[in-house]
Amino acid sequence: MSTPLLRITDLSVSYALPRRGTGLGTGAALREVSLDVRAGEILGIVGETGSGKTTLARATVGLVTPATGTITFDGVDIGGLQGSALRGFRRRGQVQLVFQDPLRSLDPDLTVGQLVSEPLAIAGVPRSEQRVRVEEAIGLVGLDPSTIHDRLPRQLSGGQRQRIALARAIVTRPQLLFCDEPVSALDVSNRNLVLSLLDRLRRELGLAVVIIAHDLSSLAGVADRIAVFYRSRLVESGPVEEVLTRPAHPYTGLLTASAPSVAHEDRLRPADLRLEQGAEPPKGGPDSCVFLARCRFAHEACHQQPLTTPLPGTADRTAACHAATTWPSQIATTSTSTAADQPAAAG
Amino acid sequence: MSQPEHDAYAASPRTLEVEDLHVSVGDHLVAVSGVSFQLRRGEAVGLVGESGSGKTLTCRAVLGLLPETGEVDRGSIVLGESDDRVDLIAAGRTVWDRVRGSRIGAVFQDPGSYLNPGITVGRQLVEQLRVRGGLGRTEARERAVGLFTEVGLHDPAGVFQLYPHQLSGGMLQRVLIAIAISCEPELLIADEATTALDVVIQAEILELVARLRRDHELSLLLVTHDLAVVAETCDRILVMYGGEIVESGPTEQVLTDPRHPYTRALLAVATIGDWTRRTLDVIPGQPPSAGEEMPGCRFAPRCRYATQACVSAPVVTTEIGPGRSARCVRLDELDTEPGAVLVQDRIEATA
Ligand SMILES: Nc1ncnc2c1ncn2[C@@H]1O[C@H](COP(=O)(O)OP(=O)(O)OP(=O)(O)O)[C@@H](O)[C@H]1O
Ligand SMILES: Nc1ncnc2c1ncn2[C@@H]1O[C@H](COP(=O)(O)OP(=O)(O)OP(=O)(O)O)[C@@H](O)[C@H]1O
Ligand code: SF4
Ligand SMILES: [Mg+2]
Ligand SMILES: [Mg+2]
Repeated sequence: MSTPLLRITDLSVSYALPRRGTGLGTGAALREVSLDVRAGEILGIVGETGSGKTTLARATVGLVTPATGTITFDGVDIGGLQGSALRGFRRRGQVQLVFQDPLRSLDPDLTVGQLVSEPLAIAGVPRSEQRVRVEEAIGLVGLDPSTIHDRLPRQLSGGQRQRIALARAIVTRPQLLFCDEPVSALDVSNRNLVLSLLDRLRRELGLAVVIIAHDLSSLAGVADRIAVFYRSRLVESGPVEEVLTRPAHPYTGLLTASAPSVAHEDRLRPADLRLEQGAEPPKGGPDSCVFLARCRFAHEACHQQPLTTPLPGTADRTAACHAATTWPSQIATTSTSTAADQPAAAG
Repeated sequence: MSQPEHDAYAASPRTLEVEDLHVSVGDHLVAVSGVSFQLRRGEAVGLVGESGSGKTLTCRAVLGLLPETGEVDRGSIVLGESDDRVDLIAAGRTVWDRVRGSRIGAVFQDPGSYLNPGITVGRQLVEQLRVRGGLGRTEARERAVGLFTEVGLHDPAGVFQLYPHQLSGGMLQRVLIAIAISCEPELLIADEATTALDVVIQAEILELVARLRRDHELSLLLVTHDLAVVAETCDRILVMYGGEIVESGPTEQVLTDPRHPYTRALLAVATIGDWTRRTLDVIPGQPPSAGEEMPGCRFAPRCRYATQACVSAPVVTTEIGPGRSARCVRLDELDTEPGAVLVQDRIEATA
């Protein structure tokens, strides 16, 4: 197996606490996250809102400084880059981030044409070449360059803006593309168009793609692997279909069960995973599992945060749950739903 | 899917009536044309359709918040009935002050751009409660923290003191939802209001909205691309394409038996929560842009059923059943195509 293009090891990020240091739990937006992304691979990231997904993306492009841990891209430690080395890295545009909120991230005074050509100008692509590449990128995301070229961001619909943000990111032909909710504002057809574009880029150009999304079915359509975040921690990862159909962390189970969908008969139900009605939520301390307070399967061991470890009996899955191999069968016995295809309690 | 009959709300008072709405943007480019629909008290209507089809502009017209260059060229928008009746097209500033944020709550796409970056989100909600809801300082604060709890924010008192840029996308969206429902409006306009939320919280928010509908007869206009959410939430569905409503009717009927070729194509490429299907089908071609004039059907260039009759004269909206209509000249000739049947099977599996 080739060495990963992006390797994140033990990454923790803390934002400065707000004035008078209230709230925000312990202030850590990410804790001890390790994750690899290989060239030509699509990694999907899902998770609770506020769990640190955007923070991970921002750290990867050098917009926030890690408290601990390393981020290496193509063998270079980008967490350690400073000054001109960091600027040089950014200018080459090998890693591109598509922001979650295009209206806030796109300069409101630049036209679509200027926005998409800007990264090319920064990377030093000759002017003569820029125009063709800009039109190509706008066309690739399913928009008509001629009608949209001179518009300002606020003159676009939500989905059009989202696609311009993507066009701007792919125009430099990066090696790694980090997309924060790239299709959330798109109708199904355009969503499929963008996802198949990403799929094509990784197959034809060996691009590595990370897609943060809340819509599980769009990830299921294109991602190879999926990583699940809950409250600043990576709680589960593995091949997308296995994780979605046989979750190993109770939070992943709750996610898949809550997804709006035309339910499959054998699917978990949210009620199978929520605390029993009227049950007192388990109380934990600062060292407890992040999911403890909502977990139906919490037991003595859970007062210590479980490490993210390989899931027994699998080749490439990890989970951070003391009950990863046992809770699925507990559901089978406590509920009437058929949980037959849950992972066996492998040892 | 347990959906009430199409006329379950027929006897309820009207909350909103939009008639023949035409909106243009920029240099008189027509972006919404001939849009008509009604919302009754307690009813939920889903507005779906192609990106750029005019959904947001329709919502913004109802709220009197069109962009600088946007204009209502024709049509009427009326809120409420009899004593509560307000003509929103004619409304001046004082009327809007009584309506917006009080009788109509709204959650918009791009939540970040609707909040003041220099004021903590807690204070923004408190202001709203004091000005629109007439609450005192301490009361408003308590109510604000309560609302933040209701929309599922952990540590609501902590979030209260944060500035918008310190919140994640989904946290911002929930702050906006809290502000929108804070004054118990009779109409909630939710434009992609749950797209930044994880599905667990999304389900909780939809449950909260369902409760408001039951207890306060809240009416909901929900814009979303997630057809599964529409299926779970809405009584009726409106499908927009190229600035027009091309099909409307009871949700279950439209999703199981789509009649307009655009709706059929949309459902044929949708996976609606199916995680095992890895095909990424698209509807070939591009939609017309705002202002593009076409004598006939605006979907014709992409429609596999298009004939000369479709492109030569304007297409009218035809009633095709109780509470159902579609805008297509060939409705009678089109049999259910295989793609639509496939979707039908999957939807029926939940019944
Ligand atoms: N600039 C900031 N200052 C202080 N705290 C921040 C800042 N940005 C993010 N946070 C906090 O860090 C945590 C993680 O935020 P992040 O944006 O990474 O979440 P997310 O997983 O992307 O969520 P979502 O799905 O809602 O976008 C949140 O609790 C958020 O409030
Ligand atoms: N201020 C503006 N100036 C020019 N054109 C505009 C303006 N605002 C919107 N438009 C155009 O009007 C059309 C309708 O836009 P609208 O935002 O209503 O679409 P939408 O249906 O909400 O799409 P989405 O699902 O992508 O959010 C789009 O083609 C858009 O480009
Ligand atoms: S470690 Fe314990 S508390 Fe955490 S998810 Fe697993 S069972 Fe639940
Ligand atoms: Mg985010
Ligand atoms: Mg919109």
